[in-house]
Amino acid sequence: MEFDFAAEQPKLLMLMYGLIAFVVVVGGLLLLLDAVPSWFARRREAQLVAASASGAPLPRHRKPQEGMFAFFFLLPAVLLLLVGLVVPAIRTTLLSFMDGGSRNWVGLRNYTWMFSDDSIVRVLINTLIWVLLVPLVATAFGLIYSVLVDKARFESVAKSLIFMPMAISFVGAAIIWKFVYAYRGDGQEQIGLLNQIVVSLGGEPRQWLLDSPLNTLLLIVIMVWIQAGFAMVVLSAAIKAIPADIVEAARLDGVSPWQMFWQITMPSIRPALVVVVVTLSIATLKVFDIVRTGTNGNYDTSVIANEMYNQAFRYGENGQGSALAVFLFVLVIPLVIYQIRNLRQQREG
Amino acid sequence: MAVFARPRQALAVAGVLGLALSVTACGTGDDKSSDKADSAECAAYEKYQGNDGKKVTIYSSIRDIEADRLDESWKQFEDCTGIDIDHEGSGEFEAQLGVRVDGGNAPDLAFIPQPGLLKRFVDAGKLKPVSADTKAMAEQNYSADWLKYSTVNGQFYGAPLGSNVKSFVWYSPKTFKEKGWTVPTTWDELIALSDKVAASGTKPWCAGIESGDATGWPATDWIEDVMLRTAGPEVYDQWTTHGIPFNDPKVAEALDKAGTILKNEKYVNGGFGGVKSIATTSFQEAGTPITTGKCALHRQASFYANQWPPGTKVAEDGDVFAFYFPAIDPAKGKPVLGGGEFVAAFADRPEVQAVQTYLASGEYANSRAKIGDWVSANNKLDPANVPNPVDKLSVQILQDQKTVFRFDGSDLMPAAVGAGTFWKGMVEWVNGKDTATVLQGIESSWPK
Amino acid sequence: MTTTTPTLPAGAQATGKTSTAAGRVRKRLNSRTATLASIVIAVLWTIPTFGLLVSSFRPENQIKTTGWWTFFGDPQFTLENYQEVLFGRSSSSGQLASYFINSLAITIPSVLFPLAFASLAAYALAWINFRGRDWVYIAIFALQIVPLQMALVPLLKFFSTGVSLGGVPLMPAWDLVDEQKFAQVWFAHTCFALPFAVFLLHNFISQLPKDLMEAARVDGATHPKIFRTIVLPLITPAIAAFGIFQFLWVWNDLLVALIFAGGGNETAPLTVRLAEMAGSRGNEWQRLTAGAFVSIVVPLVVFLSLQRYFVRGLLAGSVKG
Repeated sequence: MEFDFAAEQPKLLMLMYGLIAFVVVVGGLLLLLDAVPSWFARRREAQLVAASASGAPLPRHRKPQEGMFAFFFLLPAVLLLLVGLVVPAIRTTLLSFMDGGSRNWVGLRNYTWMFSDDSIVRVLINTLIWVLLVPLVATAFGLIYSVLVDKARFESVAKSLIFMPMAISFVGAAIIWKFVYAYRGDGQEQIGLLNQIVVSLGGEPRQWLLDSPLNTLLLIVIMVWIQAGFAMVVLSAAIKAIPADIVEAARLDGVSPWQMFWQITMPSIRPALVVVVVTLSIATLKVFDIVRTGTNGNYDTSVIANEMYNQAFRYGENGQGSALAVFLFVLVIPLVIYQIRNLRQQREG
Repeated sequence: MAVFARPRQALAVAGVLGLALSVTACGTGDDKSSDKADSAECAAYEKYQGNDGKKVTIYSSIRDIEADRLDESWKQFEDCTGIDIDHEGSGEFEAQLGVRVDGGNAPDLAFIPQPGLLKRFVDAGKLKPVSADTKAMAEQNYSADWLKYSTVNGQFYGAPLGSNVKSFVWYSPKTFKEKGWTVPTTWDELIALSDKVAASGTKPWCAGIESGDATGWPATDWIEDVMLRTAGPEVYDQWTTHGIPFNDPKVAEALDKAGTILKNEKYVNGGFGGVKSIATTSFQEAGTPITTGKCALHRQASFYANQWPPGTKVAEDGDVFAFYFPAIDPAKGKPVLGGGEFVAAFADRPEVQAVQTYLASGEYANSRAKIGDWVSANNKLDPANVPNPVDKLSVQILQDQKTVFRFDGSDLMPAAVGAGTFWKGMVEWVNGKDTATVLQGIESSWPK
Repeated sequence: MTTTTPTLPAGAQATGKTSTAAGRVRKRLNSRTATLASIVIAVLWTIPTFGLLVSSFRPENQIKTTGWWTFFGDPQFTLENYQEVLFGRSSSSGQLASYFINSLAITIPSVLFPLAFASLAAYALAWINFRGRDWVYIAIFALQIVPLQMALVPLLKFFSTGVSLGGVPLMPAWDLVDEQKFAQVWFAHTCFALPFAVFLLHNFISQLPKDLMEAARVDGATHPKIFRTIVLPLITPAIAAFGIFQFLWVWNDLLVALIFAGGGNETAPLTVRLAEMAGSRGNEWQRLTAGAFVSIVVPLVVFLSLQRYFVRGLLAGSVKG
């Protein structure tokens, strides 16, 4: 069947409408904010002139309020966030105190279920393992790699290779790694790379995704594989942003690479490091597709987001699913506190 | 001739041409006018008319080629009645349907394969009971066994559509002939055959229960099929409705009986390894060793016919075929486990009810069956219209008077069990956990 | 991203400028180890994808029975997987171009809107003094944790039934059909992207030199003017970085598109088609190997073309006043 351009036209038209809407909304907002204050200013000038001419008392001085600007700058984002995330978050919290069909209030029952059901406790522990390991390992890899290839001749190729997994969806990545972990019985031809290596070294093939806790670690490898690219891109940019004169001065002073790394690179890229670690932590807390595609949470590998999806959308247990989501909100509190402290320091500094 | 980017337009045009109507009629795809409604072909659709230009949306888990076949199956109905049926299939159907319904964006009709899920939507007050016409049509064409699965609190919510038979064991007629094995007709013969095959150095059974986010379901089918044989249909019904606890001794007995095959290192897992390889073998490839002679028997539903490698002849005298999974006590009748989907409505507009009625009719069943790879419990379905030999066998079994039909139990249970802990429990069981612990775990997860 | 100037140890400054011969040798050795290590890592990182690439050119039964590395001993090459993906058998395929356009139509506005709204918000949170701004920022930051899945139902309700307060309708239902549904997808993606975007951009904007801002204020520049003429050029690298991540996320998204655009070929993006390609019963997964590569091409091109730009941009933006 041939490609019919005419059928695609309405979509492209829609895309154009979208772009026009974008220009109108954003441009309009900026224009409005630009024009209105200057109009006020001109009016005030005219008033001043008129007042001084007639000898009347000067009108009270009123600078365009900072608050007004803040309001309009924040308006689009805050409105969207209210609709898209705040309302759902509140709704989720309410649902977590209701039963599966969201019809009756059940108090704390969903929470007692969460902490008394062995399999759910396992899920909570797994999530903890994930959130401790992924940001740490991925950031470390990204950092080491960006230092290693910094200024190398093949840098951009090398970085593209590490970044490539980022371009693959989580589901795609999980499928790729299931290939790597695939198992065929002893004595048969292996189709998974990992087992092939084990067999060629004289070992017995294993079913990697079956044995806890190794399987959780193997799933974590997938996440690290994807996210190291993110860490590398951000950290590498930060490293490149270190003023050349500092680096040069240190080099001339005979500072060893090791010292250079700890005394110059690390302090300089601290803000970027924080961004990376925080972002990865949150992404890891919400990790879903990898576990779902990898093992579907079987063999003690489930994590909160996966279990939440199962409970709320597959089992029709909205209350229990919501309770798990609320627990995610709780887990992010340490990061929030850290951000508040950071912000304070920034304001004082 | 214009280029048709949209297949439906092309089909519609083809339909217009095929009906050999006025050559001068402007045959563009959008023209669904019912002036052709008076033709002879359309006489059968007379009772559905009066909804010209209306649109009915259908949501299901049916995708790809099978979705195309659906579109084809109701094409004439669309042409004659002027109703535009807009079908969308999704691999995430079960979860997505809930989201859409809760989000106020429900489809008009949904093909729901789980009576448990259907009941959930009834309880939430989202489903509309069927019209009197649909009900009459369904009662005419389907046995009471089938209708009870979509009846909640005395109200009927939708006729069955497609069905499948799960009580099948796949084998290779060619290999059987070569080795001089015969198709068993009783459980004892089945075990005797297994021993014979095992003695010849081949592991007789192959199985695989990996199925992405539904991993475990083939094992639940196994258990249900055996349960139906060891405990009988009445106990089976109590089990699926939680009339007896999940860890009742009768359930344990069924598990252990299934375990004499599934957890027997001498019997499994032909072509893949030991018992533990069952959990990680995908159900799609689980039966394929039969074609290479590495395994002799594979218990799986009729729809496994689509999973064989290209070029495999599926026939009684071909490379692969299936026989009925024998009963343990033939005196108790011929227990058959199966599944299917139900056409439930979230809207009660006349055109929606017209489509719903039509889909319950014998005309539709035959129209769909002719296109291939489809079975229905509709008793107006003529087996002669079913091209595939396994499907034909399925239709014969479904229409057999001796058949005691029971719906897939995991689809009847609450989803938290039927699509959750039961699946997961089976994975653990196959991997070595003992029967009592597994059943206790599932029992404690049954929603209170 | 800006830097704080670390003070060098006083001793280091005194030790003169001549680097010893030994030092030079050590450096060369170091760089050789570094090169080796980086190559090893790069190879390790690429092998899984490479295996998939090789698999995508192998016949179906080969993929399912032997490892991809055997390809090199016994090369059986086929384009059938790509053929099926691009021009497949069912009615919905053969129109991959159509899904491709859907993906583009979904992705472009879904990247632009959050970028614009988030930079405006981030600027306000960083440089406009108003009461409670830290709390607004922290709240937006914390919203990152809300799982997207839990937002689907309420947002869908927002589109399909509108908003009303105590029976008074505030906003009617959107009632969109076919390609108009793109608007819902843009809206949803923008909502979900904002917390991270504000967080990332705020990190950059708040570290712009204070003197620069104050000087501009003294000169009488209004906030919109400062935003346009000073801040925007300086944060291009951050915008490019976020642009890439948002692009990848939207391009690879399946869930949001499925819910808000539906699965038909009028609106569904490439990912929906690829998921569907695994077959109704997941038995055609050899097609996924080819499908994965078809869908990976665009994000990779975007990254490669933007990469140089935003690294250079970061350097330019770091000049501290």
